[in-house]
Amino acid sequence: MTQSRPAPVVPTASAVAARAASSEKAAAERAAADRAAAEKNAAEKNADRTIVTEQMTGASSVVRSLEEIGVDVVFGIPGGAILPVYDPLLDSVKVRHILVRHEQGAGHAATGYAQATGRVGVCMATSGPGATNLVTPLADAHMDSVPIVAITGQVGKPLIGTDAFQEADIVGITMPITKHSFLVTDGAEIPRILAQAFYIASTGRPGPVLVDIPKDILQAETTFSWPPDISLPGYRPMVKPHAGQISAAAKRIAASRRPVLYVGGGVLKAHATNELKELAELTGIPVVTTLMARGAFPDSHVQHLGMPGMHGSVAAVAGLQRADLIIALGARFDDRVTGQLSSFAPGAAVIHADIDPAEISKNRLADVPIVGDAKDVIVDLINAIKAEHSEGVVADMTAWWAELENLRTTFPLGYDEPFDGTVSPQYVIERLGKIAGPESIYCAGVGQHQMWAAQFISYENPYTWLNSGGLGTMGYAVPAAMGAKTGMPDTTVWAIDGDGCFQMTNQELATCAIEGIPIKVAIINNGNLGMVRQWQTLFYGERYSNTELGTHKYRIPDFKLLAEAMGCVGLRAESKEDVDRVIHEAMAINDRPVVIDFTVGKDAQVWPMVAAGAGNDHIQAARGIRPLFDEE
Amino acid sequence: MSRHTLSVLVENRPGVLARVSSLFSRRDFNIHSLAVGPTENPEVSRMTIVVEVEQLPLEQVTKQLNKLINVLKIVELSQDSSVQRELILIKLRADASVRSQVVTVVDMFRAHIVDVTADSMTIEASGTSSKLEALTKLLEPFGVRETVQSGMVALGRGPRSITSPTSRTDSVPA
Repeated sequence: MTQSRPAPVVPTASAVAARAASSEKAAAERAAADRAAAEKNAAEKNADRTIVTEQMTGASSVVRSLEEIGVDVVFGIPGGAILPVYDPLLDSVKVRHILVRHEQGAGHAATGYAQATGRVGVCMATSGPGATNLVTPLADAHMDSVPIVAITGQVGKPLIGTDAFQEADIVGITMPITKHSFLVTDGAEIPRILAQAFYIASTGRPGPVLVDIPKDILQAETTFSWPPDISLPGYRPMVKPHAGQISAAAKRIAASRRPVLYVGGGVLKAHATNELKELAELTGIPVVTTLMARGAFPDSHVQHLGMPGMHGSVAAVAGLQRADLIIALGARFDDRVTGQLSSFAPGAAVIHADIDPAEISKNRLADVPIVGDAKDVIVDLINAIKAEHSEGVVADMTAWWAELENLRTTFPLGYDEPFDGTVSPQYVIERLGKIAGPESIYCAGVGQHQMWAAQFISYENPYTWLNSGGLGTMGYAVPAAMGAKTGMPDTTVWAIDGDGCFQMTNQELATCAIEGIPIKVAIINNGNLGMVRQWQTLFYGERYSNTELGTHKYRIPDFKLLAEAMGCVGLRAESKEDVDRVIHEAMAINDRPVVIDFTVGKDAQVWPMVAAGAGNDHIQAARGIRPLFDEE
Repeated sequence: MSRHTLSVLVENRPGVLARVSSLFSRRDFNIHSLAVGPTENPEVSRMTIVVEVEQLPLEQVTKQLNKLINVLKIVELSQDSSVQRELILIKLRADASVRSQVVTVVDMFRAHIVDVTADSMTIEASGTSSKLEALTKLLEPFGVRETVQSGMVALGRGPRSITSPTSRTDSVPA
C-alpha cells in the first residue's frame, strides 16, 4: 500500500528552523520552570521546609508575594484604594511597575506579555473605575484563555456595600469573565490567595484571575508567611489523557483516508508545536491552524493548508468540510470556524482533544473525546499511531491530497490591486511580513487588517502572532505589543493596527516612549471602520452608516504628528513606492517607538469569506465565486 | 425536556451561590429549583439543583459547574435511587365552619396545622412535588391566601454517602 505523504519542507533558511526550535525551547523551558515552581509550592506544604513568617502591612505582603512568585513586571495605575501597595512597590527591586495611561492598556499589556512569553501577565488598578476599566481586557483574556492576574484595590471593608466613593463590585462584575476571582477578607490570606491566583491562571485551561483587596486590609499589619498552602480541593485539571481514548483515536487516524488536523490555540498554550510537527509529519495529514494558532505550525510547511473559518483559505475550509476525520487539538469549534454548525463537516468523525472537558461536545459532538494537555495528548498519539503503522495500518491519502492540492493551487490566497491607484492594504502587510521576517512578533487589532495580517504574513515560529480572537477587542494591538515587547525586549514587535482601533488605545505610546519600550506600529489607515464598511458594502446596499472616520478626509488626527507628540517617531507612506523604504526606516529605529501611517485604499475587502450564518460550503473565494458550492 | 436532580457539594464560602446561579443564567440553563444548606462538614455546603434539560445539555451543565473552583463534587440523583422532598406552607381562609373538613384533608396527607386564627389556618406539608401538588389542589376550594414552597432536597438511598470515595455509580460522567 502506498501512502501519499508529502515530503516535509524545511523552511528555506535553516536559521529560521533553528530559531523556531530555540524560541519554542525557551518558551517551553519558561513554562516548565513556572510549572515546576507551582508544583514546588504545592509539594512544599507537606515538606518540612521552614515557613518564613514576618510581620508587615497587607500592602507589603502583596509586594513580597509577587516577588516570591517571580513576577518581574506589573502594568498598572495607582489610585485611592490600591495606593498602599504602591508605597512598598517603590522599593521593590524585583518587580518593575510600568505606569500605563489607561487600565485597559494595563490589562491588554498583561495579555500581550503572557501570549509572547508564556508566563502569567500581571495588571493592577484601583477600585471603582480603575477596576471596571479592566473589564474588557479580562473578558478578552478569558475568551482567548490567556493567563493573567489582575490585582484591584477595593474600598475598606466597613464601606463595602454602602455605595462608597469609587466602589464597584468588581468580583461580581467579572464573575462571568474570569476563570476565578477572590475578595480578600483577611490580610494573612494575601500570600495564599495570590499564589493560588497564579496557580489557577497558569494551569489547566489558562485564564484570567482577579484578586480584589480592600484598602483597610492593605493598610493593616498582618503576618506574611511563605510558602503558603495552595491546595484547592475543587480544582484538579486533567493533564494525562486516557489511554483507551488515545488508542481509539490512533486507530481512527491510521485508517482515515481524508483526515485533517484542526489545530487551535491550546497547542501553543501547551508548548506542543514541536510535537505537532512530529505528529503531522509522521502521519502526512493536512494541517489547518486557527486564528489563535497561527504560528503553531510553519506556514511554509507543505502540509499546511492555512487558516480555516470565515476568512480562511479555500483549501483549509474545504479540508474540514470534506474530511472523514477531524482531529481537533486544543480548538473549540468556534462559530467563526464552523460557520452554520448544522452543515459543518457533514461527513467527518471527530476526535476532540482539549484540557477543558466542557469544550468537548459543546458545539460539535465528539466521537472520540480526549481530555488532556495537548502536549501529552500529541505525544501519546504519536506513540499509538507508530504502533498502528508497525502493524501495517496506513491509509492511502493520495486522492485526498490531490483534491486539496487542486483547491490550493486553484484558489490561493491573493488580492487585486485597487483600480483607483490607492495603495493596497494587503500589499503593505505582506511587505511588512517579508521585511520584518518570521523572527518578529506581530500583534494585530481587530478587523480587516487583522484578517490580512493573519493571511498575508508567513508565520514560521510559535508565539509570534498575537491577537484578540474570541472577543474581537478593537484597541488590543498597541497595549498588547507593549506587553509583548516588555517580556521579549530583544525581539522586534510590530503592532499592525487599523485607524479605528488605533484611536481606542494609542495613548499607551506615551507609556512606551517614557518607559523605553520601542514597539513599532503600522497603522493600516483606510479612513474607515473597514470591516464594518465591508459588511455595509456586501449586506447593507453600500449604505455607509457611521463608518467614515475622517482620518483621510480631514486628516484628523494626523497620526504622524500624534506619534511625534507622544515621543515616537512618526512616518507616513502614501504610495506603493514608499512602503518598503518606510518599513526599512522603521526597522532601523530601536531607541524609540515608531508609528507609520500607511495611507491605503478604502475599498479593499477581506476574501475568502463565509457570510455570517452561512454554511462553509458557501465560502466565496472572491465576491460571487463559490468554489465548493458551484462545482457540485 | 426531562428533569434532573443534581446534588452539588461546594465550598462554604461567600459568593459561591452567586457563581453557580450566574453560571446557569449566562449559559442559558433552566433551573427548576435550587436549595442550599449546610452539611455535616462545616466547610462544605450542599446544593440540590433541579434542572430541566435533555441529556446532552445536562452534560454541559455538570461540566461547566465542575469548572467552578469552589465546586467539589456533583452527583446526579435519579428519582428511583433517592429520597426527594420539598416543603410547603399554605395559609388558608378557614373559619370554624370548614375547619374540620380541612383537618380531614391534612390528616390524609400526613401534613400538619402549624398556625390557627379565627379565620385562617396555616398548613405545613413535606413530600414529593406531586404529593404537594395534590394537597394544594384539594385545599384550593377553601381559599388559599398565601403559599410558600422550598426547593427540592434529595439524598441517595442506601448506606453510601455522597462524600464517600466509592460512591461513583450515580456520578455524572465528567
